[in-house]
Amino acid sequence: MSITVKDVQHVARLARLHLSPEEEAMFTEQMNSILQYAEKLSGLDTEGVQPTTHVLHVSNVMREDVVKESLSLEEALLNAPEEEDGQFKVPAVLE
Amino acid sequence: MSLFQYRLSELHNMLHSAQVSVSELTEESLSAIARVDGDVHAFLTLNEEGARAAARELDDKLASGASRGLLFGMPAGIKDNIVTKGLRTTCASRFLDNYQPIYDATVAAKLRQADAVTIGKLNMDEFAMGGSNENSAYGAVRNPWDLERVPGGSSGGSAAAVAAGEVFFALGSDTGGSIRQPASYCGVVGLKPTYGLVSRYGLVAFASSLDQIGPLTRTVEDSAYVLQAIAGYDAQDSTSAKVDIPDYLSALTGDIKGLRIAVPKEYLGEGVDASVRETVLSALKVLEELGAVWEEVSLPHTEYAVATYYLLASSEASSNLARFDGVRYGVRVDEGGNLLDLYHNSRSHGFGLEVKRRIMLGTYALSSGYYDAYYLKAQKVRTLIKQDFDEVFKKYDVVIGPTAPTTAFKLGSQTEDPLTMYLNDILTIPVNLAGIPAVSIPCGFAEGLPVGLQIIGKEFDESTVLRVAHAYEQHTDYHKQRPQL
Repeated sequence: MSITVKDVQHVARLARLHLSPEEEAMFTEQMNSILQYAEKLSGLDTEGVQPTTHVLHVSNVMREDVVKESLSLEEALLNAPEEEDGQFKVPAVLE
Repeated sequence: MSLFQYRLSELHNMLHSAQVSVSELTEESLSAIARVDGDVHAFLTLNEEGARAAARELDDKLASGASRGLLFGMPAGIKDNIVTKGLRTTCASRFLDNYQPIYDATVAAKLRQADAVTIGKLNMDEFAMGGSNENSAYGAVRNPWDLERVPGGSSGGSAAAVAAGEVFFALGSDTGGSIRQPASYCGVVGLKPTYGLVSRYGLVAFASSLDQIGPLTRTVEDSAYVLQAIAGYDAQDSTSAKVDIPDYLSALTGDIKGLRIAVPKEYLGEGVDASVRETVLSALKVLEELGAVWEEVSLPHTEYAVATYYLLASSEASSNLARFDGVRYGVRVDEGGNLLDLYHNSRSHGFGLEVKRRIMLGTYALSSGYYDAYYLKAQKVRTLIKQDFDEVFKKYDVVIGPTAPTTAFKLGSQTEDPLTMYLNDILTIPVNLAGIPAVSIPCGFAEGLPVGLQIIGKEFDESTVLRVAHAYEQHTDYHKQRPQL
């Protein structure tokens, strides 16, 4: 399987990245090289092998429903690049 | 005489008997940084005023006779992907250049509770992605043993700061070898604990199922001290393990008679430098003289580890880094377009090349049509790699081999070829995939550069790993040798 510049452009859109033409060419070559290397996994028989998503035997737990303090408005907005009236400000979503 | 020649336990006693004060220790650290960090570049942010104030408070505490924490008065550096309240945390990324955390990571809080002094934040590969520390947006760290060489990555700043005698210990994080490989290149002790032993709350996530925080120190005993202070269950981390924490210091008996060591043939084979192989074989001879027995074994799926790791880690990274969108924190590049343009522009401007490369690879591996072939397949191979270790640990107490196939390489020599760079981690990655503990300790030199010995243990058996490392250390003096800066 070979990755084309068009594939790289599509993945960049999914990843919310703008790439320069030079970056597109470079990533096309490098991703091909890395994925070609990763192809070695396809030769391994994993029939019946369970996937490991996590090494610990964890299960979901629920904490007690107890009221506690949350972040203050000032703290939550401390690192916001732009804010207005106590909210994160973003460009208009609707035209 | 420099205070950096003493172990943490010795300094603890010296503080208690008033031979030295916390302020003096802190000044020793700050003046060492002023002297050498221009060359080494291990620090991204210095906490000079905060450290001095904390030292004064601790000196008052000492004078008052109040009880003292385990790391009382010890000046420490913290890798810059661990958030520290009010102290800039950048992950060595332009994206977080001005990020001021509003809370402490659990490990940072634990250091504070243990009465350590935070000297500053340490340089690293951007978002912990890299094996050479050349991916920092603020410039590479240099290896204190040879300033033309890399310190290893991604905790290169943490390893170099300890090796250069700038701090008495440091914290790093290890996703595919990022504590052990720089420890090996810089000639210090680097411990990656069992996944879940140390809380990841407040560690900026790279690959959540692999990341683990651990100490970088000058001796194994120091490593046990720091681990004792930071290990333990944390309700704020859903992946934290509920296990009893043993007394790691009491495990350092020096006795390894009858210990069974497995040496994987894959760890000493092709790709491992002859000088590294010889150094590791000499180390095994020392362990043999101490009463241990070793045999060659096979971990047959080792050759698949790097491919497995890069598919899984990149996939998790692409997901974790989706939160960097220019809205709530970090860089915002608004060129007048819509919200989607804001995301694209902020991310494209904020992330460096290696981070973009891994986001791209991960997004591709998780995308429709490729998920089964890449991501799911890698998860299944991960199971096989873990089973290899389970099988070996039925008969052996530890697995031993080199930490890295070579010594530190020259700056810039591998930056054009990411695959070659990724293969440097071939001996450390299997440990992260299996979630088990491992330490790298100095075991000699090849052409003047440190070589690391990797000791791998069963899950939550840090005590045995540290016991073997300590026994070896007591019979050699490699850990006492320091770079000339």
